This record gives sequence, C-alpha cells and structure tokens, in this order.
Amino acid sequence: MNLQAILAIYKFEMVRFFRTIAQSVVSPVLSTSLYFVVFGAAIGSRIQQVDGISYAAFIVPGLVMLSVLTQSLTNAAFGIYFPKFIGTIYEILSAPVSHLEIVIGYVGAAATKSMIIGLIILATAFAFVDLHILHPFWMLSFLVLTCLSFSLFGFIIGIWAKSFEQLNLVPMLIVTPLVFLGGSFYSISMLPEFWQKVTLFNPVVYLVSGFRWSFFGQADVGVGISLVMIVVFLGLCLAVIGWIFRTGYRLKS
Amino acid sequence: MPGIVSVTDLRKVYDGGFEALKGVNLEIRKGEILALLGPNGAGKTTLISAICGITTPTSGVIEVGGHNVQTDFRASRSLIGLVPQEITLEPFEKVLNAVRFSRGLFGKKADEAYLEKVLRQLSLWDKKDARIKELSGGMKRRVLIAKALSHEPRVLFLDEPTAGVDVDLRKEMWAVVRALKADGVTIILTTHYIEEAEAIADRVGVIANGELLLVEDKVKMMEQMGKKQMRIELQQPLDEIPQSMAHYDLVRGEDGSFLIYTYDTQGERTGITSLFADIAKAGLVLKDVQTSQSTLEDIFVDLVKEDA
Ligand SMILES: Nc1ncnc2c1ncn2[C@@H]1O[C@H](COP(=O)(O)OP(=O)(O)OP(=O)(O)O)[C@@H](O)[C@H]1O
Ligand SMILES: [Mg+2]
Repeated sequence: MNLQAILAIYKFEMVRFFRTIAQSVVSPVLSTSLYFVVFGAAIGSRIQQVDGISYAAFIVPGLVMLSVLTQSLTNAAFGIYFPKFIGTIYEILSAPVSHLEIVIGYVGAAATKSMIIGLIILATAFAFVDLHILHPFWMLSFLVLTCLSFSLFGFIIGIWAKSFEQLNLVPMLIVTPLVFLGGSFYSISMLPEFWQKVTLFNPVVYLVSGFRWSFFGQADVGVGISLVMIVVFLGLCLAVIGWIFRTGYRLKS
Repeated sequence: MPGIVSVTDLRKVYDGGFEALKGVNLEIRKGEILALLGPNGAGKTTLISAICGITTPTSGVIEVGGHNVQTDFRASRSLIGLVPQEITLEPFEKVLNAVRFSRGLFGKKADEAYLEKVLRQLSLWDKKDARIKELSGGMKRRVLIAKALSHEPRVLFLDEPTAGVDVDLRKEMWAVVRALKADGVTIILTTHYIEEAEAIADRVGVIANGELLLVEDKVKMMEQMGKKQMRIELQQPLDEIPQSMAHYDLVRGEDGSFLIYTYDTQGERTGITSLFADIAKAGLVLKDVQTSQSTLEDIFVDLVKEDA
C-alpha cells in the first residue's frame, strides 16, 4: 500500500477545498437556510405535524441529506474530472499507485468535504429548529455511509463525463428529482398507495428514511433495510469503479 | 546485458483504429542520454506514454529496470520520472506544493532539503510560493521538470523539454541533464531540434510513421551516414561538366562558377586525388576549395525522406 500517495492525493484535494472554503460552505448553508425558512417556518406553520414531529424538524434530516448527496456527487465528480480536463491526470496514471489508492485518496477527500459541509448544515439547523438527535451514533454512521457511497458515485460520473455539461447532467437530471421524490419533505405514507410502491425503487428513500430514524426513532422503511440498501449501493459503485480501472475506461487512451 | 528500459515488439493501435506504433524494439542503456527524433505524429509521445503507463499497449512487452510495466507497475514506475510534452499543471497550486505532491504520489518520504536542491538547480527557488498561473511558459516547463525529479527517478523521460524555451534556458537545461547523467540517471528525450540531439545525446533514435528506423551511437552515426561535400570554385565558369569527369558525383553550381563534389568519408577511396588530377587535365583553374560535413539534421532529413 502506497500510503504516502493516498495522503498526497488526499491533502492536495483538501487544500483545494480549503482554498475555496467560503464558496464551498456558504452556498449550501445559505440554500438550506432558505429551505428552513420557507418550508419550516412559512409552510410548516400550516402543516404542523408529520408523524408526531413538527414539520420544521421533520424536514431537517432530508435537507441535510439533500446537501450531503449533492455535495458528495459534485465534489467527487469534479475532483477527478478536473485533472482529466487539464491533463494533470498523466501524473496519477504514471505514478506507482494502485487504482484502489487513487480511489481512496479522491473519494476520501470528497467524502470528508461533504461530511464537513453536512455537519455545518446540521449545526445551522439547530439555529432554526428545536432538535434533538435520538441515535447520534447511527446518525453519524448514516452520514458517513452516504458521503462515501455518493462520493464513489460522483467519482464514476467524473470519469465518465467528457464535458462540464455532462458533469452537471447527472446531479441535475437524476439526483435532484430522486431527492425531492425521496421523502425529504413528506412522509411516504402521505402518498397514494401506487406511488408508495414506485417510491421503493428510489434509493434516496432508504437514505432519508434511515437518517430520519436516527433523529426521531421512526421511519418510512425499516432501518435494517435502509442500511442494507446503502451498503448494496456502495458495493455497486465499487464494482463499477473496479471495472473502470481494469479497462482504463475514459482514463487511458 | 539487458538495458534499463527494454521494449519488445511494441504495438499500439488507438481506439479509432490508428496504428501509432508498429512493432518497436528498443534497448535503452543504463546511464545514457538517448535522443528520439522524428517528425510530428511519428509516435514518440505514444512510445513514452506506453512505457510510463499512461497508455495501454496493444501488444508487446516493456520492462523498466527488469520490471514489467504492466504486471509489476509499482517497481517499474518508481524508477521513472516523466516530463510531458504539454504543459499540464494545476493553475492555482503553489510551486513548492506541486512538487511536494509529486514526491508524495511516488511514495517517497518528505525531504524538503532535496526539493530545495531541485528547485534551486532549475532556478525556481525564488518562485516556490508563486502560484503556477503566475509563471511564464518556460518556468512552467521547469516546474514540470522539478515535479519529475522530485521523486529521484533513475530513468527520466523528457518529451520535448525545450520547446518554447529560450536559448539561454535551453543551455541551462542541457546542463541539468548532463548533471543528472553524471549522477547515473538514464535520460530519454524527444526533440525537434537536431542541434539538441547533437549537443547532448549519446545515442540517437529516429522514429517515423510508428517505426523505429534506427538507433545508433551519435558519433558513429554521423561518421557512417555522414557525407562530406567539397565545393570547388573555378576561375572561369563552366558550361557543362567535361566528359572526362562524368563518372564523378559532381553537380555544377547554378552559374557554373563552382562544382559540388559529394564523397563518402567511409569509402575506401574518396576519389579526391584523381578528381584533382582530372580537373588539371581538363584545364580548369581552381579559385578556392571548401569542404563541409553533413549534420545530424541532413542525416535525419534523408532518413525520413527515404522512409516516406
Ligand atoms: N489518444 C489518441 N487517439 C488516437 N490517435 C492518437 C492519440 N494520441 C496520438 N494519436 C496519433 O498517434 C500518432 C502518433 O502520435 P504521437 O503523439 O505519439 O506523435 P509524436 O511523435 O509525439 O509527435 P509530436 O512530435 O507532434 O509530438 C499521431 O498520428 C496521432 O494522431
Ligand atoms: Mg509528442
């Protein structure tokens, strides 16, 4: 294991993060704050309670998830797309590092970034909403798992993308709808029965549900199922990455 | 003894179906400076990329320091430093950080003193805290070299290191290359400047159309393939070459005021003595005689022309 190399990649990526820390943090915090104000305060005052929880509190886990998901995706996608785009990838490809080490470096850094952002947003939530977390350990575990699996997913997108347009395509076209339809703002049980079934094909449902359980001790689907689904998704991403490196897909000519 | 880099039957067919390397065999000797010459698109960069692991060979075997570059990539790549042809650097990074990153990436422990030495050698030390985007083109190229040297490679590939570099700096780089050679580093460089190959290479390889046409000791190559020419200036212009001298390789100058005699220095006889005798017999009066030796450039142009 070339630990030095993993550390070098990780540090390099983190330096880039901290160089643009203001942009990296301000925009997600600002947009989530707006959600809290609009959905929590304005609309929430009409809806009042979902599953016995105040609506303002109910949407917190979903909103944190929303940010963490998109942050993981875009950070990881950009992290590997950028060296590909400007050509500095030559150095990574010619270095004595294994594919696993490259993934650990880049995905580790991307996951750390979104973890930091996720925690900051959560802290912001406490400023708006009266919250307490029932299972902090599981809350953190879900957060870490989500950061990791979606950073892996983002890494795949970054390797696949041939242009900046494509780089934004997946987060825009697939992930945002999945997140909005994933029960961030409502309980699945509020949907008509048919749509409840459809929703079960949406992986984000499991993330949000599990994460919400760690806050309030209740969820749309069982926590066990949530966990299993996340791990399956993680495994799937790992398999795809393994294939990418074996074939050199869009990395080597 | 096998070379430090050994390439056997290397073929590379790019995805579009273009065959960029058509079975290249090459042994690079430990500690030498090998210059690869070849026109644009010859396959120089492709060859280097295959050795360094940036492109996957279609077939063939490559070993560096006895390690197969595909199955034993950690060992082989640790030995290699690569300076790419294109300037590819992260614009917002600081010089010293970029160099540190390279060293770490190659699994070497931090060694600030060594990095300082490298940066000083390349006259970059006072720019160590500058961001890459604030540097001139020549400085950026030197940063690429510093990155390649940061992990103490035993084999250094320089893909057109002096493109866009001014004369002074080019000389400085040659000095760096010579110093590395003195440390026992094997150096492979590609160049379009034949003077560069002439100035620093031990051996010269010529690539055209994906084939390695020859690899030869520079001095030997110039001796063997080099032709000498003699320019014979005449008192009186000549309308045509006299019949008695038709069997010589002579060309009449434009206005007939001089003759060009081409001869092979390696030939058994140069034919100079008899040519002079025949000139005298024909009653021609000499004004001046000059000889010149063909440069590597002439040889190169001849070779590539033959191949086309
Ligand atoms: N990624 C690629 N996909 C398809 N063809 C390629 C690719 N890279 C290079 N080629 C082709 O392979 C041939 C050799 O290219 P290469 O870059 O090795 O040439 P070179 O000798 O380095 O030329 P130059 O002196 O211009 O740098 C060229 O015809 C080029 O168009
Ligand atoms: Mg080239």
